[in-house]
Amino acid sequence: MTPVEITLDVNGVARTCVVEPRLTLADCLRHELGLTGTHLGCENGVCGACTVLVDGASVRSCLMLAVQAQSARVQTVEGVAGASGRLHPLQEAFRRNHGLQCGYCTPGMLMTALELLAENPTPTEADVRVAISGNLCRCTGYQGIVASILDAAAELHEHMGTRPWDP
Amino acid sequence: MGSVIVDDPVVRRTGATSVGSSILRIEDGPLVVGKGHFLDDIAVPDVLHVAVVRSTVAHATIASIDTSAARSVDGVHAILTLDDLRPVLATPRMPLAASPTGGPNKHTPFVLARDEVAYVGEPVVLVVARSPYIAEDAAAHVAIDYQPLDVVSDPRDGLLPGAPMVRRELTNNVFDDQIVGYGDVTAAFAAAKHIVADELFQHRGLGSPIEGRGVVAQPNVTDGSLRVWSSTQMPNELFNMLVETLGLEDSLVRVTCPDLGGGFGTKYLVYPEELAIPAAALLLGRSLKWVEDRRESFVSAVQERDQFWTLEMAVDADARILGIRGRLVHDQGAYVPRAVTIPYNAARTLLGPYLVPAYELRVVVALSNKVPVATIRGAGYPQGCFAMERMLDLVAVRLGIDRVELRSRNLIPASKMPYTKPLRERSGATIVYDSGDYPATQAEALETADWQHFRARQAEALAAGRYIGIGIANIVKGSGRGPFESGTVRVSASGQVSVFTGAVAMGQGLATALAQIVSDELGVAPDQVRVIAGDTAGAPLGFGGFASRQMVTAGSSVHLAAKAVAAKARRVASHLLEVAEDQLEFRDGSVGVIGGSGSVSLGELARKLRGAPGFAFPAGVEPGLSATINWLTESLTYANAAHVAEVEVDVDLCQVTLRRYVAVHDSGKIVNPMIAKGQVIGGIVHGIGNALFERMGFDETGQPLTTSFAEYLLPTATDLPLFEVSFRESPSTLNPIGVKGIGENGTIPVAAAIASAVEDALSPLGVRLSCTPVTPEALFDAIAAAREAALRQAQDGTHQRL
Repeated sequence: MTPVEITLDVNGVARTCVVEPRLTLADCLRHELGLTGTHLGCENGVCGACTVLVDGASVRSCLMLAVQAQSARVQTVEGVAGASGRLHPLQEAFRRNHGLQCGYCTPGMLMTALELLAENPTPTEADVRVAISGNLCRCTGYQGIVASILDAAAELHEHMGTRPWDP
Repeated sequence: MGSVIVDDPVVRRTGATSVGSSILRIEDGPLVVGKGHFLDDIAVPDVLHVAVVRSTVAHATIASIDTSAARSVDGVHAILTLDDLRPVLATPRMPLAASPTGGPNKHTPFVLARDEVAYVGEPVVLVVARSPYIAEDAAAHVAIDYQPLDVVSDPRDGLLPGAPMVRRELTNNVFDDQIVGYGDVTAAFAAAKHIVADELFQHRGLGSPIEGRGVVAQPNVTDGSLRVWSSTQMPNELFNMLVETLGLEDSLVRVTCPDLGGGFGTKYLVYPEELAIPAAALLLGRSLKWVEDRRESFVSAVQERDQFWTLEMAVDADARILGIRGRLVHDQGAYVPRAVTIPYNAARTLLGPYLVPAYELRVVVALSNKVPVATIRGAGYPQGCFAMERMLDLVAVRLGIDRVELRSRNLIPASKMPYTKPLRERSGATIVYDSGDYPATQAEALETADWQHFRARQAEALAAGRYIGIGIANIVKGSGRGPFESGTVRVSASGQVSVFTGAVAMGQGLATALAQIVSDELGVAPDQVRVIAGDTAGAPLGFGGFASRQMVTAGSSVHLAAKAVAAKARRVASHLLEVAEDQLEFRDGSVGVIGGSGSVSLGELARKLRGAPGFAFPAGVEPGLSATINWLTESLTYANAAHVAEVEVDVDLCQVTLRRYVAVHDSGKIVNPMIAKGQVIGGIVHGIGNALFERMGFDETGQPLTTSFAEYLLPTATDLPLFEVSFRESPSTLNPIGVKGIGENGTIPVAAAIASAVEDALSPLGVRLSCTPVTPEALFDAIAAAREAALRQAQDGTHQRL
């Protein structure tokens, strides 16, 4: 298969790489661009560990080809914290509420939660559970994750307009 | 840290102890920003990628392997069979893991299949290529000529006369057949007022860590050394087996665990791939990487799978247990890669926190043409608990006694603690329940769950056509498996405090907990302590992560090592500062004069203890500000818990909804309550998977039917209630920090508590539940059977009246 050059915006930076058409977006991010924060758990779109945002919408990066991301804006876990390294309130909330144990599903959980909070800044517990119901976690029993997302929502909402989170 | 510190008048502290507080985890920082370092994140220069060709049939001889088409795929570097690896293998067959005898035997797997395959998924050929994509392409072109042999899919079939052998080399499909028990069971049953009997089918599936297995092997052709990274719970045993199987000097081998994306028992084994791939790397003189995909995990990572129990329980007129007897057939799969523990754990656990005067269980370990069976979180304890608690509920239903009242009559009272069971551990050690108050634990769970008022709520619901139920289960869990775990505490001249241990972190917050322990002895903040867990270069001795052992074993070793370092630092500081030792305290990385300003940093002390040629060395101490302790333990320390589940059952859809879940745990002294609670909740949800969802299916030809997470269902966020978890603390008397294990405890009582609750909800229909998982299909069958029985009974009654 003839390699194809693609250009995409990853976490605000224009990246170019030459990929085989069959290369998944996940493998492109991980092995071509060195962004190993996106994890693979099942490679058939069930576990959600590889979730990234493409043009703002959550995507299973194991089910999308890198060439399909041509010209797209891709956000991964590496781009969630500010450039200064300051954690996003969602990341802080995951630490504070024991929202992770082994940390393998965490990047997918964070990206899924970011999409939820962008769409629904004041989710209920049930909203959060539905939002992450496509992300598997074997360690936490989800309770810490749900608490983390609700905590982050409250934190972000409280400061909305007055102290927006600004990397 | 309570009594331990009070016992040592020299140790003083300026602030509160770290142990016992919910400090945030030191692991989390990198993990929430995508800077974890998992196996597939390891970048080794010029690495080649491996795909594993696996058996597609459950039992066959291998007539031939044609690799020519695969070899012609562009980018393929090598195709390797067992014969190809033989020049670098001291033995083609895997040694028995985690065994005092070791070595290969006729039940251990081969490094790659030799001339016969015994389960679907058994590794046969390695394909080495430039990229993982190419390796998988080529793997599809490897043509293996399988000559089918008869298959034992249900292990009970393999016990029948004339059954085919699971492997041709066998003369019997029974791996082991022994009696576990004590007392005069025959007399107990002869004296019984009531006897109940049941057959239980118990299934437990996979560990299903979201990160699968994986290996990176990097040979150094210059010095002949071999570096291996593996996503394993037993790095030291992998080291041992690499040395033995590859015939290497142990100074040439290093095994390192990267971050582990979960373990749950799946990674508590040395797998064929973990030897075959390093062997191939040595043979080819190239670095190799293999990352398991999810389907491979379903067909080749260990599972717990099936147990078939036949049980009888004898009770007296007051429903006090007189004896239990029965038979357990345990499915072991095609090989025995490490010592069998699950059925014996189950057999011992069955006794739980109850008084059982006589017991006899025949345990039959039966082979089958399926993936080998080894321990998953809980390791047979959930099955033992389920068996006991289901039998107790059966007694309660048959005799019309409240389930709690029945349990209360049979629980070991606090006055009998420590309580010696008339059974022995595998090590030969007596089973002594060291501490805990089982009736009080149960009472607390009942109180929290408002058990007392449930019957009224249930009646109200039933009047509205809704079936709700409540269930309870109690457990005792032996924890802290020895003989030891290693612990080294070292202070460097920079002042950095490091901990090295053979314990392995799979997500439990091990680093944080060990750092808390060190923090209390050395007066440095936990987040300033670096923990290196699971690297044979730092910890040449050790066992790894399993059996709810690490806080007991590694925690104790690290605690004692930190104390030894503190004692040394205090001694040297006393000389330097010319102040008596008891006038010194540890604060902010220094040893300082209590109430004074004089102090010397730990880094400076480490520099002094490093020595300098031609200059005086501090008198009376050994070089180095470090200590290694391998705290030995023979006995397990016994944690306990009581769970109460409340469910609602939709009798038309046969769906179970968890309404409420209460868990009270006693794991002795709790080092970090936040982490401990997380362990319990995660454990419970694994148990919920076992209770309601997870079923690793096979057909009669041994073909796996569930090979993705779309077919094998893990619990998801919408399946679960908020869990109510609380702790009682009965400090262990068997280790210096008073802790007991916790990692598996949450899982153990869940299936029993939920089955009890579902059965209670369906009590108007007279349903009896004797299986796990309670899937909608299983529930449909149970309800249909109960309705049929009721109908038959009604017809019989009509007939009799006529």
